[in-house]
Amino acid sequence: MPPKDSTIGTVLIAGILCVVCSLVVSAAAVALRPKQEANKILDQQKNILDATGLSTGEYGKQAKDLSREQIEELSQWIEPRLVDLETGEYTDEFDIKKYDAKEFANKEKGVSINGQEPLFDPGEKYREKVSKVYLVRKPGEEGIRQVVLPVYGKGLWSTLRGYMALKSDYETIQGLTFYEHGETPGLGGEVDNPSWKAQWEGKKLYDDKGEPAAVVWKGPAPSGNEYAVDGLSGATITSRGVTNFLRYWASDDGFGPYLDKMKSGSGAEDK
Amino acid sequence: MPKAKDVLLDPLVDNNPIALQILGICSALAVTTKMETSVVMSIAVIAVTAFSNLAVSAIRQFIPSSIRIIVQMTVIASLVIVVDQILKAYLFDISKQLSVFVGLIITNCIVMGRAEGFAMKNNPFLSFLDGIGNGLGYGLVLLFVAFFRELFGSGTLFGIQIMPDAYTNNGLMLLPPSAFFLIGFLIWIIRAIKPAQIEEA
Repeated sequence: MPPKDSTIGTVLIAGILCVVCSLVVSAAAVALRPKQEANKILDQQKNILDATGLSTGEYGKQAKDLSREQIEELSQWIEPRLVDLETGEYTDEFDIKKYDAKEFANKEKGVSINGQEPLFDPGEKYREKVSKVYLVRKPGEEGIRQVVLPVYGKGLWSTLRGYMALKSDYETIQGLTFYEHGETPGLGGEVDNPSWKAQWEGKKLYDDKGEPAAVVWKGPAPSGNEYAVDGLSGATITSRGVTNFLRYWASDDGFGPYLDKMKSGSGAEDK
Repeated sequence: MPKAKDVLLDPLVDNNPIALQILGICSALAVTTKMETSVVMSIAVIAVTAFSNLAVSAIRQFIPSSIRIIVQMTVIASLVIVVDQILKAYLFDISKQLSVFVGLIITNCIVMGRAEGFAMKNNPFLSFLDGIGNGLGYGLVLLFVAFFRELFGSGTLFGIQIMPDAYTNNGLMLLPPSAFFLIGFLIWIIRAIKPAQIEEA
């Protein structure tokens, strides 16, 4: 073996170390991935429950504090459906259990959404054609209580992904949660702050003319404004991003056609 | 050659990495709003310091001196990633709350300082104990700070309501500056009891 302080020795040791460390790291990542994926799915379920306010309504606590059984039980309320975004009709084109909209938001399988109006620009280049929405019904009841829409778009550093729940008038926001984002903790990361999220309840998504109007205000929201929530301090770009992609998904290019059908009642029951 | 007991117990009070050496303050401010996150963070740091010390000490005779810091860094970074993956798999909610701060253990001066300052010169067994001791010293301060922040900031301990309803939560305790005050008080108390730690002005 060459002496450790010679050039060859140094390179050799560095090489061995890199191989060993990368083996350790990749072994851990591969071995633990199934468990992490399961956690992620459970986390998404919890997010849907939080957006709908079901867990606080039924059990008086946030979904993260519920037991697995309670989450299973509340999940009975929630029926996923696939919606063709262009027509606003339900579709059975894909297997809903396996459908992951993320895989379809690209050049080959999705549609380009470049060049949106500035206030409606989610910052993404492509979106999926078919989206997965969630209908909320109390078991045994006929009427739909809420509909949960997946929303996503760019903040400052990352794409924020989350769920927006609308009340049964399909205009009023019930809740908004994010299950994935990489915004700065303490600034943009405050989109996860429960007291900020709670402000969304009861805000109007559309104005009188039917245009998307929900907004994250810059600074404290003016009192009495039924479209606005407080801005996140120190996170102008995250705040603006949330406004823009909420409006995008509410617009005719997003869930507009679907929500119109739901409002007129023609899309609600098509078993 | 240092004694095993001293190596393990010295860093708790006499040579505490935060209180005496003032290392690793950043994460001590960030994760101490709750006992739960502090406990997990402490365990993560104990694991990383102990095993990085062990690994570095085991290969210390082979590490070329020109790249020794890089070698230590690589070992530490790998361990931190492994810890992060384990947390994501088994303690998902807490790992979400800890967010970037698990990853930032890599830059925690305590870990690096012990690898360079102790593990490079001592045998693996002692180095392992030194890692646990220093991790514990860090953890003790975290728990001390978190105890007061959660109790007075949220009125709870480990999420269980402790304070009577009449108590109004002190929001300042949940903000980072309160951790500075508390660490300051802790250092004051320790140095009042052990005047040997007082630095010359």
